[in-house]
Amino acid sequence: MDSKRRKFLKIAGLGAIAGVTAPMAFNSLLKGEAFASGGHGHEAAEHGSAHKDAVPQGKQYGLVVDVKKFGNQPGLGRKCIHACHSLHNVPDFGNKKDEIKWIWIEKYENAFTEHSHYKRNEELHKMPIMTLCNHCANPPCVRACPTQATFKNKDGIVMMDYHRCIGCRFCMAACPYGARSFNWRSPRGANELGKPFIKRINPDYPTRMRGVVEKCTLCNERLAHGKLPACVEASNGAMVFGDLNDPGSAINKVLSENFTIQRKPSAGTNPSIFYIL
Amino acid sequence: MLEKGLTGSNLYKGWMAFLLCLIGVGVLSYSQQYQYGLGYTGMSRDVSWGLYISQFTFLVGVAAGGLMLVLPYYVHDYKAFGRITILGEFMAIGAVVMCLLFIMADLGQPIRALNVMLHPTTHSMLFYDMIVLNGYLILNVLCGWVVLNAHQKGVKYPKWIKPFIYLSIPWAISIHTVTAFLYCGLPGRHFWLTAILAPRFLASAFAAGPALLMIIAMILKRTTKFDIGREAQDKLVTIIGYAALVNFFFVGCELFVGYYSNLPGHMHTLDYLFFGLEHDGHMYNNLVPFMRFSTVAGLVGIPLLFISRSQKSDGMLVAACSLVFVSLWIDKGLGLVLGGFVPNPLNYITEYYPSIGEIAITVGIWATGFFVMSLLYKIAITVTLESES
Repeated sequence: MDSKRRKFLKIAGLGAIAGVTAPMAFNSLLKGEAFASGGHGHEAAEHGSAHKDAVPQGKQYGLVVDVKKFGNQPGLGRKCIHACHSLHNVPDFGNKKDEIKWIWIEKYENAFTEHSHYKRNEELHKMPIMTLCNHCANPPCVRACPTQATFKNKDGIVMMDYHRCIGCRFCMAACPYGARSFNWRSPRGANELGKPFIKRINPDYPTRMRGVVEKCTLCNERLAHGKLPACVEASNGAMVFGDLNDPGSAINKVLSENFTIQRKPSAGTNPSIFYIL
Repeated sequence: MLEKGLTGSNLYKGWMAFLLCLIGVGVLSYSQQYQYGLGYTGMSRDVSWGLYISQFTFLVGVAAGGLMLVLPYYVHDYKAFGRITILGEFMAIGAVVMCLLFIMADLGQPIRALNVMLHPTTHSMLFYDMIVLNGYLILNVLCGWVVLNAHQKGVKYPKWIKPFIYLSIPWAISIHTVTAFLYCGLPGRHFWLTAILAPRFLASAFAAGPALLMIIAMILKRTTKFDIGREAQDKLVTIIGYAALVNFFFVGCELFVGYYSNLPGHMHTLDYLFFGLEHDGHMYNNLVPFMRFSTVAGLVGIPLLFISRSQKSDGMLVAACSLVFVSLWIDKGLGLVLGGFVPNPLNYITEYYPSIGEIAITVGIWATGFFVMSLLYKIAITVTLESES
């Protein structure tokens, strides 16, 4: 009798512990997800689900890219790329395998894979589509990263901490836009002919070490000084930058007056880069 | 007890020396990779995971497969598995060791690996994978060692170990479920984005793990006096056969959904794996021969498995298990991970070819796992045979 009772109490106790801890663990899991999507810590957690539309609170910086303007000004896209890559010490290895890029030109059919390419408009298919990190409101890369080396900043920018990244490349598998690059080898070196991978090092911006992931950070370092992102500055008005959550911002005016599309909206990521075609 | 692993026949010593040579080559190659960076491998911006992560994924399955031996013996008191249960636990240890090494080999900054613990991130599946894998390793070391110790003393294992043994059962399922969650929670990768991935992982694990064990058991039967017994052998055949069948059924479900729905994203990778994918006038199909061989090996291996039982032919049994194992290894250890990157999110195709050094590191890690396994098996078998005589 006694041993039976003891057994019962044991089981009841274990059940109680499981009952109390399981919901707690589950809660923290949800919280974590909300944090990843909203980027406002507990505030976002209190608002619950991670799967709502763009969280209309706090800042969310974004861009509008006017594809026609890029199409009408040959060389403009290359100029923007150069402005970004030279400023941020993005290496050029001269091969596709090691390639690192923060912003690049893509064909319409590759940038917008979900759109129909049947009976295509030839002009549209020749257009240079500026492609970069989408700074999603709900970024899968941030969800996947095991160390928070990539994280959602308070201003909505998806940031990188090169000193914390362990180089697992989970974020690269998670990104639906192919926006992330990995340092397969040291970018600080030079090729066999002695040509450095970074043509001229900008001393105001760090170079990376091998084994970490990198990508566009929407020029957070320039924003801090009140400057526009380098690509926007070089774009001659073909790119508009601003806070998507500020109803009075210039970017919202452009968005309300133009038909724009985002890349892979079905992925539920809420990209912050919009395209006028 | 450990000292029992240090002595043995010339065959044992030769085998261990052979493994040590492979490990040595792996270590040398890894030091080169460490110096140069992961560009040492065939991985690229488009195919950002390669052999390391695919081997890791497969071996998590082998580790989880130990469950199929532990469960009948400890929960259902199936006595015939008495001799192989310990082999299952030790195989799990070897497999998890390989898993952890493959993850380390794949990290761009391995010295920062502890960041996963220093900055625990509850929304990352890799964080949970770290917990379940290490937990499973500890559980198996603990249970295997305690049970073996008791065995050596000729007594039944102590009662306090029972909860840990029971815990290791759901834990085995968790390691492969979480590993599947690494893939199937990613919104941009259609091939992996399937709710059936975790069940499919488990099915292939429950076939591949016991198949490897069966091959090992047959080798032991030849080289030592250790015989797992006809009954256990026959029961294992049932387990391997049905688990492999379930896996094939799941693969069939994937094929149906892909091709009947006619959704391009679902069909692309299947096309690439089984038929080749054309892009800009170029045919990409470097995995097609492997995947077709995997299918044929499975279709031949499973019936052969059941035939070998009715014929009571050990030779045929080993052949059947090898076919099933290789079939599942290609299916999960190559096709699943590598195929998932084709096409890339921008619909480009980059094919992956592992570098020689990368293959050497991979072989080195497999050798390390087998070294650990062989050592543990040597101890277990010596203890078992001594206590019986």
